[in-house]
Amino acid sequence: MTPPANFKYTKDHEWIDVNGDRGKVGITDYAQQQLGDVVYLELPAAGTKLTQGQSFGTIESVKAVSELYSPVSGEVVETNDALKSKPEQVNADPHGSWLIVLKLTNPAELGALLDASQYGVLLK
Amino acid sequence: MVEFGGWEMPLEYTGITQEHLAVRNAAGLFDVSHMGELEIAGKDALAAVQSIFCNDAAKLAPGQAQYSALLTELGTFVDDVIVYRLRADHFLVVVNAANTFKDYGWIASRVGAFGDVVVMDATSRYALLAVQGPASVDIVQPLTGVDLAALKHYWFAHGEFANVRGTIARTGYTGEDGFEIFVPPQQADRVWQAIVASGEPHGLLPCGLGARDTLRLEAGLRLYGNDMDETTTVLEADLGWIVGWNKNGFVGGDAVRAQKSGVLTRKLVGFELIDPGVARHGYDVYVDAGPIGKVTSGTQTPTLKKSIGMTYVPIAFAGHGGEIEIDIRGRRAQARVVPLPFYKRPRKRVP
Repeated sequence: MTPPANFKYTKDHEWIDVNGDRGKVGITDYAQQQLGDVVYLELPAAGTKLTQGQSFGTIESVKAVSELYSPVSGEVVETNDALKSKPEQVNADPHGSWLIVLKLTNPAELGALLDASQYGVLLK
Repeated sequence: MVEFGGWEMPLEYTGITQEHLAVRNAAGLFDVSHMGELEIAGKDALAAVQSIFCNDAAKLAPGQAQYSALLTELGTFVDDVIVYRLRADHFLVVVNAANTFKDYGWIASRVGAFGDVVVMDATSRYALLAVQGPASVDIVQPLTGVDLAALKHYWFAHGEFANVRGTIARTGYTGEDGFEIFVPPQQADRVWQAIVASGEPHGLLPCGLGARDTLRLEAGLRLYGNDMDETTTVLEADLGWIVGWNKNGFVGGDAVRAQKSGVLTRKLVGFELIDPGVARHGYDVYVDAGPIGKVTSGTQTPTLKKSIGMTYVPIAFAGHGGEIEIDIRGRRAQARVVPLPFYKRPRKRVP
């Protein structure tokens, strides 16, 4: 699965899909492969304020627990509650399974993220 | 790949959940060659085994096996093992990989007292492959002349297997029907390939340590080092059924009898999480009064799709339905004591 060209990526294998002042955040295909079967998600409530790099929840597979880190600073405006009852969707469609939507408070931070080709290099 | 008991082993091949469900619904193939094999032989072998292990090996006919343990003088676990009676005076003991040297030393230092008996570490002479799941008979039977229909649970037979001389035991660690096949390591690769080929049409998948752990936990099977060790007694681990109560003295016997006639203060129980989350090994466990211990094993079960685990609780909380709390990274999650095993296979196939 190729990383979508229009997303930005962190070295911790989160992606953000920015549209205006909002960004959907998820984990990459590589991350879901490393985790294996996802069984549980702990996500923040709407209104939670995050700074870049801050942990915003956890994702658990059968074999491990992993922290989720916010790619940029922002306020959580929506969480994908539908995923909580179908966490395996993250494995099936990692780039389509957004976890939270952030309202960006410092869009300049996007410049520090990796683009798809840089992220592809990281995986090699 | 992960390190386990000094061996490099795959955690998963195609994915833990997929492998787990293959074993529950069809079959899985495990390379468990890491398990240690000790042989105890000689005219006085039975007397030695009876004294050093806690279960009653005199009940075994040649060709029969039993779950047993090496206990300390305190009745705690040196190791849990399976004892196979190869011949009247020859036993094969399958032990946990990480304990092989310890167990060998433990037995070697004691057999001297029994006259004509020796113990040998035969681990390097055996590869061990396990085929587990409801389709096991259909997969294994075409590869061997041994009549599997006549092979009862916890019995074994010697014979040709995929044109290799081996031993087939109807044992396993998954809660399913299945076989554990001992073959010379030099031939293990060929035997593995033969099982894969025979199993493919039946949905057999190679399985790693991850599925082995979730399967055994669902089946309520203890894991040495997690669920019991040298600090927990055989009765606390709720394994009184592997003690040969009617036999003469054995190592740890006095302590175990004293505990049986006295008061048991804590017991290993199964629990399931009521709140969302996954309880894992090492998480702290609480009751109203405060901390009571740690989760000894815990996972999200692929078959039952909930978080299950085992822990030692004070006897007052060991009743089914008892409420306990698990500290999941700072959050207290409610859990409930439930009967073991969590999963029981439909009983129809095993003779």
